Amino acid sequence: MIFHAARVSAAELERVTGWALKPEGLCRDERCVPFTGGSDDAIGLADAARALGMPLVEESRAGLWALGPRSGGKALETATLPDITLPDLDGGLFRFASLRGRKTLIVAWASW
Amino acid sequence: MWQELRTELYPRLEIVTVALEARGSSAARPWIEKANPAHPALIDGAHVLAALGVINVPTGIWVDEAGTIVRPPETAYPRQPAFKDRVVPAEATPLQREAIELTRRLNVDADRYVAALRDWVERGVASRYVLSPDEVVRRSRPRPLAEATAAAHFALAQHLHGAGEAALATKHFKEAQRLHPTSWTYRRDAWAIAGPDHPAIYGTTWLDDVKREGVENYYPRLEL
Repeated sequence: MIFHAARVSAAELERVTGWALKPEGLCRDERCVPFTGGSDDAIGLADAARALGMPLVEESRAGLWALGPRSGGKALETATLPDITLPDLDGGLFRFASLRGRKTLIVAWASW
Repeated sequence: MWQELRTELYPRLEIVTVALEARGSSAARPWIEKANPAHPALIDGAHVLAALGVINVPTGIWVDEAGTIVRPPETAYPRQPAFKDRVVPAEATPLQREAIELTRRLNVDADRYVAALRDWVERGVASRYVLSPDEVVRRSRPRPLAEATAAAHFALAQHLHGAGEAALATKHFKEAQRLHPTSWTYRRDAWAIAGPDHPAIYGTTWLDDVKREGVENYYPRLEL
């Protein structure tokens, strides 16, 4: 999850991470974590990372920041498949949520 | 590779392939175009699937009609791979011989995996291979802070590689590997980018790492 600034809008944070700024805090699906100190216009990535339990890595020479996934528990926090969006060969975006209604085998592979 | 099984089992089962390729679609395109799959074939440059516990390929995840994972990431071959039956050529160098003999010893049980998959498609929730949500979570990999941080470094590295910042990308590929040393995907994708010089850049090879970590650990035995 790549960012080009240390402070981002709430809309940008939600677009990249799925976590939305709400009166209850930062929320995704049914889950919310307490969060204060941010506004719709500006959320400090370091503050959001701390609240969400995500590591934040900075590459100052390129002006880039990256958030990692939440840590401390299991890779799968629940058995619900996250709604990941990935491109196909032509750049068309495919949402895992579109697979609902059919059994699916997801296979990770590589050419290397 | 998966098209034949998909033809047999669709529409009762959909298959979605995800190529873990930091080089993006250019690396996966020849393979996908040759296979000409009827199923979705996606590209995961930043290794987003690592967040689900994917650390090697090929890895399969079963998801039911409600979007619930019923088997977490595990080694998934649709059939016996050719390397399991490969014969050492007479002209092979000692290093080539060692690599061939080692890959023949990797744990691959395609027949049992595919039989389990067919059973799930046939019986649904009554299949004995369907795991409860609690068991799926229990079986999924732990995610300590170091491994979560490795994912951030890998995403940075992949972004930097795409931007032509090779030296910075290598720095973050190395950091991802240091923080998550059991991830084969972080190592092998970075090695593929580096090409034949990768042992000099990363200080190791596939053969060295497999021998050090134990051939039996490369693909853990299936717990079906």
